[in-house]
Order: sequence, then C-alpha cells, then structure tokens
Amino acid sequence: MTLKEKKETRSALLFASPWVIGFCVFLAYPLLASIYYSFCDYSVLRPPVWIGLRNYTNLFQDEVFYKTLSNTAIYAIFALPLGMLVAIGLALLLNTKVRGLAVYRTIFFLPSLVPMVSLAVLWLWLFNGENGLVNIGLGFLGIKGPNWLSDPEWSKPALILLSLWGTGNAMVIYLAGLQDVPVQLYEAADLDGASPWDKVRNVTIPMISPVILFNLIMGIIGTLQVFTVPYVMFPGGSPARSTYFYTMYLFDNAFRYQKMGYACAMGWIMFVIILVLTMVSLRLSEKHVHYGGGA
Amino acid sequence: MVNRSLFPALGLIGVAATAWYSERLTAPEVRPGPVRITYWEKWTGFEGDAMRAVVDEFNRSQDEIFVELLTVSGIQDKTLLATSGGNPPDVAGLFGPNVAQYADNMAVMPLTEFCKEAGIGPEDYIPCYWDIGFYKGEVYSLPTTPASTALHYNRALLKAAGLDPDRPPKTIEELDAYAEKLTKRNGSRIEVSGFLPNEPGWWNWSWGYFFGGTLLEGDTITANSPENIRAYEWIQSYTKKFGAGDIQAFRSGFGNFSSPQNPFMSQKVAMVLQGVWMYNFISQFAPELDWAAAPFPHPADRPDLAEPTLVDLDVLVIPVGAKHPKEAFEFIKFVQSQKGMELLCMGQRKHSPLREVSPGFYEKHPNPYIRLFTELAYSKNAIPAPKIGIWPEYQAELNSAFDEVYLMRKTPKEALNYVQARMTPLWEDYLLKQKLREQR
Repeated sequence: MTLKEKKETRSALLFASPWVIGFCVFLAYPLLASIYYSFCDYSVLRPPVWIGLRNYTNLFQDEVFYKTLSNTAIYAIFALPLGMLVAIGLALLLNTKVRGLAVYRTIFFLPSLVPMVSLAVLWLWLFNGENGLVNIGLGFLGIKGPNWLSDPEWSKPALILLSLWGTGNAMVIYLAGLQDVPVQLYEAADLDGASPWDKVRNVTIPMISPVILFNLIMGIIGTLQVFTVPYVMFPGGSPARSTYFYTMYLFDNAFRYQKMGYACAMGWIMFVIILVLTMVSLRLSEKHVHYGGGA
Repeated sequence: MVNRSLFPALGLIGVAATAWYSERLTAPEVRPGPVRITYWEKWTGFEGDAMRAVVDEFNRSQDEIFVELLTVSGIQDKTLLATSGGNPPDVAGLFGPNVAQYADNMAVMPLTEFCKEAGIGPEDYIPCYWDIGFYKGEVYSLPTTPASTALHYNRALLKAAGLDPDRPPKTIEELDAYAEKLTKRNGSRIEVSGFLPNEPGWWNWSWGYFFGGTLLEGDTITANSPENIRAYEWIQSYTKKFGAGDIQAFRSGFGNFSSPQNPFMSQKVAMVLQGVWMYNFISQFAPELDWAAAPFPHPADRPDLAEPTLVDLDVLVIPVGAKHPKEAFEFIKFVQSQKGMELLCMGQRKHSPLREVSPGFYEKHPNPYIRLFTELAYSKNAIPAPKIGIWPEYQAELNSAFDEVYLMRKTPKEALNYVQARMTPLWEDYLLKQKLREQR
C-alpha cells in the first residue's frame, strides 16, 4: 500500500466510523448478547446465570407460547395475502391514465403515514360495538355488526381488516414496479389480441414478480411481528387471549415478568421461523419470479 | 491549499467540543450546600401537586437535603432500567404490589434498620398498609397514599327501582337481587345495568377473596380452591342472566374511566366496586350525581367475610445503587410524619395510612365517606394483592381465566384448574431459581 492509499483508507474508515461504531454498539453487541442471554436465567436486575437449554425446553412446553404462535400465524395467514391483493389491486388501478391520478395516489398512500398508536386509538372508536362507525355502516346495510373488540371470535378479524389501512407502502412499491414494465410488451400483447385480464396475467404479473416477492418477504416479517396496534387496542391480548400475539408475550416476559432470558429465547425462535419462511418463499418462487435484467 | 487531513481532525474536535459542552449544560450544578437527592414519582395533576407541596415543605424545613421531584411516566419500567443500569433515583414512588418482585431481585434496599433508628414501626400504621411493605422479614417500602374500596351506588337509580337508597345490599344474594331489579332492557339491548362483575375490571383476579378464597397459602398456589370456584360461578351467573353478547354490546358503549362517559357517572351502571379516589372523579365529572358508598356485600352464608375491601398502596422505596440512601430515608421519614402524610393524603383526597390523624382531618376532608374508607382498611377482611414475585404473570393468568368464564367458553372449574396447572410449575421454578440466586 502506498502512503496515499494508506491515508485514504484511514480517512475512509474515519468517515465511516460513526456507522461502524453505531453498528457495533447498538446492533452487533445487543444481538450477540441476546443469544447468550437466551441460555441464561436473567431478570435484568441480577447478573445472568447460565442454564443451558432450559429456556428453550420450557418454551416448547408453554401453552401460552403456542397460543400466541397460533394467534400470530392465523393473523399472518389472512392479513398477508389480503394485504398483498389489495395493494396490487390498488396499484393496478392507480397505474391507469385518468385525471387527477396524483391526488388518488396521495389519498391512498396517506393512511399509512398515521402513527400506529393514533391508528389504534382511532380504530378503537371505529370498531366500537355500540356506537362505532363500522357497525353503524353495517346497520345501514341491514347487518347487525358484531362486538369487534370484546368478542374473541371477532377480535382477530377486526385486526386483519385494520391491517389493510397500512397497505399504502406496499402499494407505492408495486406502483414503481408497474411503471417499469416495458410498454412494448403491452403493445405486442395488443397485437396478439390479448384481453386486459390476459395482459395482467401474462405480462404485468411476471414482470413485477420480483417486487411481489420482495413485498411477500417484507410482509412475512411485518405480520409475524405485529405488536403496536394490538398492544394498544387489546390490553393483555383480551378478550380471552384471542389477540395475544407472539411479540406481546415476548414483551411481557421481558419487561413485566422480568424473564429477559426467556424473552431472548423467544426472539431467536422467531428469527429462525422468519428465516425459514423467507428461504422457503425464495426457493418456491425460483420458477415463478422473472428478473428482467438477468434473463 | 488546506491540508486534507485537517477535515477529519476538525470534525473530531467538533464532536468532542459538542459532547463536552452538552455535558456541561445538562450536568447539575455542583455547589456547596445541601445534598441533592432525586425522587421519581408517577403522579400528575392534582395528585402530583399534593406530593410537590410535601417536597417543598420538606425542602423548607431544613437546609441539609434538597429533594428534586421528577414526574416519570411508566415508573416501574424506568426504575427497573435505571436500577439495572446502576444509575437509579434516590427515592422512587412505586406501586405496592410490585415491591415483592423488586425485593426478590435485590433491586430495592431493605429499610428495616433505618426504620428502627427512626422509631418507625408497625404500631404507627393501619395494619394492612404496613404489611404491604413488609416482605420476607424486612421492610422494603413505606406508604405514601393508601386506598381501600367500597360499593359505590347510585341512590337515584335505587329509588327509581323501588329500592331503599338508605339500605344498600348487605349480602351477595341481595346484591344480585338488586342488580336484577335495577337492570333495564329495551328488547335485547341493556340500557341500565344494576351491577357487572367486570366493571371497572381492574380487580378481576380478586373475586375469590370475597368468597373466602386465597390465591396463595404458604408456598402453594391455591387458584382452584372451592371458594375461588364458587366466586367464578357467581361471576358466570351474571353472564347466564344477562347474556354474554348483550353485556359485551352494552359495555362497548362505555366511555373512558376518567370522563363524564364513565358508566357509573353517566348512570349506566347503578352499583360498582370502586376505591376512595372515585369521589374525586365524581366531583369533577358528575357533581350532580346522587351517590353513596357502603361496604361491599359478602356471601350470606359467610358472615365472617363481612366488610371485604381491596387495599392498595403507593409506596416509596430506595433503589439499590442510590447515591444518597441516608438522605433519601430522611425524606421518606418526613413523608411518614403525621404532618407530611396528611398534607399529601388531604391533597390527594385519600385517607391516611397512619393510625393517628390530627383532630379535624375527617371534618376538613372533602370526601363525605372518608371515615368509611378508613374503617374498611381496619377490616379483618382487607384484601391486599398477594406478595409473590410472579404476581404480574399470575394476575394475567387470572384475568384470562376471568374472560373465559365470563364469556362462557369454560366452566369455572376448567378455567381455574388451568390456572392452577399453569402457575404451579412456574411458581416452583421461580422458587428454585430464587433459592439458587440466594445461594450465590
């Protein structure tokens, strides 16, 4: 290395140091520490004590752990595809050429800017069984709305519906993907006499498939980690633990029950679950995702 | 041309200078004089003002110690984190039922020696309040403001239902009969309810005690004792009578507790179990309400359970690692004096946890039922939250069981057997870990 190169390396490292230090102190260290703590009895207030796999074996016998896992899975299974369908649908609609498009795009994106806690408080009112706007609306249609917030059968559906409120982000990403689809392909399809649906199925979807995959993976991560809205709307996962999600149980273990080691173990199990699901979706999608640049 | 290596150097100097200056700006001034101690407390509003008055009075009364009062939200979590980080406040105002958990983790200092020196002992306090701070042979916390609970009822609604407003229900059976008479329906819709076991729903864990049950005997979890099952059967009788769906719909129309839409204040529920603080909210949001308070009813076949009352306490502790424990206790001692305590409790409009009260305390007190709340605290059926390190988890489990029973998803026996089966190994595990910790 010449003197100049050395000097440059030094400056580069120096300029990158805020990030490097931040990464080590605020990400790498806590990450590694939490692996260690997951094998410890650790109350935060007392030094951790190594207990081997005990946290993990206890977790696999913990009924509440399974309950929260199944609640989370049910939520994800419904909220994720529904959210993707709505986001793609909206993006397709907003990709047409009509007047005032920018206004529509803004309107559909705006809700996803509302902070989660305000969102939760707002929907507490909308879902109110007696005076909520949702049930009043249903009343006009002659349907007697359920007690969304206090009936264990309806609390999860309420949250799944509510999750659509935040599709704006995914929608914008789809929209960007849609605008990258080459016009020639549509023109060629037109020449071949393709119907609008044929074009969506055979041109649009394959062309935006990488975007769909991206949103799918982000969606898996997002829905499995759902926390803020149910935490505010349903204290303690009420009614009857029907909205007690994985992250809420993790949080309670860490900060209310002072079982930080147990909570760390839960965190790492969730990490593995997400990792596996992501790998599976990457593997399954190999044949269906079409990367324009590479092929 | 300026040497390029100067830029990073200048940058570093800039960062260092900013750090140094901001540290200087935020660091407390060091000056000779009184020892400054920090005190974190949860209260805001008039309750916070009452404590501030006590702190000011203490600071004026001497010039050795200066207490800095900081209002802190989420006091438990923050005290926990500050203590584990080794930088706790000198005094923290926690909730009574959390002290066992903190003590088991050696996060709060035992105050036994300090108390002995200062001549503070059980004889000074109403017994149930002293007991809350006493754990495993040590005093870990001393009271600030206490609370006991009583049946609050709407006299006007009783009158309208043809009941004598001067004769509130004395037994659970009477309470049920009153509740039926007071409940008004319009079709399937409930318009007024006499009583609901989950209103306000803050003590869903506690109903077993009203029927003679306990949650812990020695080191044994007793969630599914016959008394507790009886209590949960009583809870379910309300669902059976009024319908789970109808009650849900009715309850979902309730506003926030601290608002004029509170179901008791808006005359939707005629009788509720509430604490000494309820008067404050009524006088703020529904001053016209014609109400009264009386001891909560007991089962007719258990006259020995008369005058049951839930007792709760806000407490002061000294976290382990506090820099000035001695000075901190001086302040706590001042709060425990009759003068300090009455200033605080009168300001918060509660009763005093001390046995002795100054002449005129009750006469001056705005709450017309304040004597009742003091008398109830002396009741042999005063019910504190169990002092058990896994209380937050136990409570969550009981709340979940309550939901299952109330919504008719499980029988009382099933629900409580589940709690028993779940909590017993958790509790044994906790005791074992506790033992291991103590050995080291």
